[in-house]
Amino acid sequence: MSFEQFIQYIFSGITSGSIYALTALGFTLIYNATGLINLAQGEFVMLGGLMAVAMVALGLPLPVAFLVAVAAVALLAALLQQVAIRPLLPKGVLAQVIATVGASLALRTAAMMIWGREALPLEPFSGDTPLRVAGASLLPQTVWVVGLTLVIVLVLQLFYRRTLTGKAVRACSINPQAARLMGVSYSRVVLLSFIVSGVISAAGGVMITPISFMSYSSGALIGLKGFAAAALGGLGNPMGAVIGGFALGILEGLSVGVISSGYKDAVAFIILLLVLFVRPQGLFGARVVEKE
Amino acid sequence: MTHRGPEAPELTSASSAGRMGDGAAGGTGSPPAVPGAPGRGHVSGGSGGTPGRAFARRNAGFVVLAVVVLCLPLFVSDIYYLSILAFMATRFIVVIGLNLLMAQAGQISLGHAAFVGLGAYGSAILVTKAGFNPWVAMVVAAALSAAVAVVIGIPTLRLKGHYLAMATLGFGEIVLILMIQLKGLTNGTDGITGVPPLTIGGLDFSEPKAYHFLVWGVALVVFLLAQNLTSSRVGRSLRALRRSEIAAESLGVNTSYRKVQVFALSAVLASIAGSFDAHYIQFVSPDQFSITFSIILVTSVVVGGFRSVWGALWGTMVVVILPEVVKRFNEDAVNLVFGLMLILLMIFTPIRFGWLDGLRKRLRRGGGAPSTPPDGGRKRGG
Repeated sequence: MSFEQFIQYIFSGITSGSIYALTALGFTLIYNATGLINLAQGEFVMLGGLMAVAMVALGLPLPVAFLVAVAAVALLAALLQQVAIRPLLPKGVLAQVIATVGASLALRTAAMMIWGREALPLEPFSGDTPLRVAGASLLPQTVWVVGLTLVIVLVLQLFYRRTLTGKAVRACSINPQAARLMGVSYSRVVLLSFIVSGVISAAGGVMITPISFMSYSSGALIGLKGFAAAALGGLGNPMGAVIGGFALGILEGLSVGVISSGYKDAVAFIILLLVLFVRPQGLFGARVVEKE
Repeated sequence: MTHRGPEAPELTSASSAGRMGDGAAGGTGSPPAVPGAPGRGHVSGGSGGTPGRAFARRNAGFVVLAVVVLCLPLFVSDIYYLSILAFMATRFIVVIGLNLLMAQAGQISLGHAAFVGLGAYGSAILVTKAGFNPWVAMVVAAALSAAVAVVIGIPTLRLKGHYLAMATLGFGEIVLILMIQLKGLTNGTDGITGVPPLTIGGLDFSEPKAYHFLVWGVALVVFLLAQNLTSSRVGRSLRALRRSEIAAESLGVNTSYRKVQVFALSAVLASIAGSFDAHYIQFVSPDQFSITFSIILVTSVVVGGFRSVWGALWGTMVVVILPEVVKRFNEDAVNLVFGLMLILLMIFTPIRFGWLDGLRKRLRRGGGAPSTPPDGGRKRGG
């Protein structure tokens, strides 16, 4: 593998890594608020992408299509939480996990019925003339993806550290009961977490569609890899999720050069199994994973 | 998990004693905890039922099932329906395993299609490429599946939370990738054709009726064994574990070991079912073992409810027959219906009891909805 190729693999790794980071962050927000692993997370990403495709097809300008797609998925996430998750709180996590499995299957099938089986493209945000960096070509869309991902992460960081609402959410993830006693509305925190989770996942979906296209079935893999990233970074740790996402993307990119593109998708799961085996709290596990 | 029966044990005929049913490994002094035939009384692990009657009921239910199933070929001669029935038998075997996993360990596997695939591909490869005897190949594939399940189960089942769901989902994906990429062994996306039908001596099981008796025979044996497992010492310890892990552990139950055991057992059953399918269809290809198939298997368990092994039967029937009906209206909508069913069943039924039991109780009570005790709502993964 030449140096140029190496850089090329790193670029593609960072690009998909951004999406894994956003998806992992999406998992983390819901997990911290509810203790639930949302198996429909990848479907949020997929729907973000396909909604944007649909909006552009309706003639909306790209930025508007982006916002409409993200808003639509946020609404859907809120709906999912209110209709399918909230009533299940007293029934325990297994019931909620099963409900999110159902939601993922239903959303995926609905997307297939609406958009068909083909992977659909979206125009790049600013042309597709590659830039030359260190002998490798860099798509402008990659700059968009990585840049917007970093912006989203920073905004979230500010939100959770600086605003009262953000602090309330964090309080709930640390000790829900104490937070409730302090007057934090737990159910609102959960709803908010689903909405924010939907927003960032959908944004990731819109951004990646110009590069890798989007089909009804893309969400399953992205969701899984997002979870692998979250586990790698330490489930429940937002910064860990972001770092885990980028690390996973880069490892995956390099694996294409070292092994073969056919096994690219296996990298994430091997990492996931290794993490669970060796270090269940992940690289930056803030929380102690309970053993039984 | 902390899900448990919605109310106090409802004993239609109470008095307790403790002789176990046939073949159960339990000692005396422990009440049988397997509900009888569907639609009959509830016997809970808390106290006991009349062993004689429970025994008779269970066996009455089983005998009725066996007679119905084994007489079906007298009335059904259409090849299409016979193959749906045969398909139902192998599906039933897989769902029994998943039912045990969900009911006994409170865990969910989203990679069971991969275990079915391991069985199918294991048989196909060993028989067509290595010249194994099909029955030996089936056992080898099942052993491999058990080993894989142990490897996945040990790290994930000692953690609280639903790591097994994610790990099995990832495992399912890896198996699919291997099926497609290991072209020398698997022929990639083309799959393996020419898997020979099963035979015993001169008996050829490519003949639909002969095969019907074979697979349903196996399914019924698996069903009986699963029932005995739930009423055995293992089953009781697993139920104890679900109610309170701490209490179970303090009584000497090695909880994560038990969970790994059940997971491995469910993998073996899935693998065997996969082997049977491969020999009957005489063809395997990667698209038979998608994640969607894993979710459909979970749907089968949830639809039937996992309070007893009987749930696996009802769930399998509904999930195999429903697509045949929905298909007439819209081919694509089948999975949409399954997805929505999963959500609605979770919302409207007490989780472990399934809608059949919920409905029955509602009817019996005259409308009183069964309630689930609050269990603190959520349990954190870490």
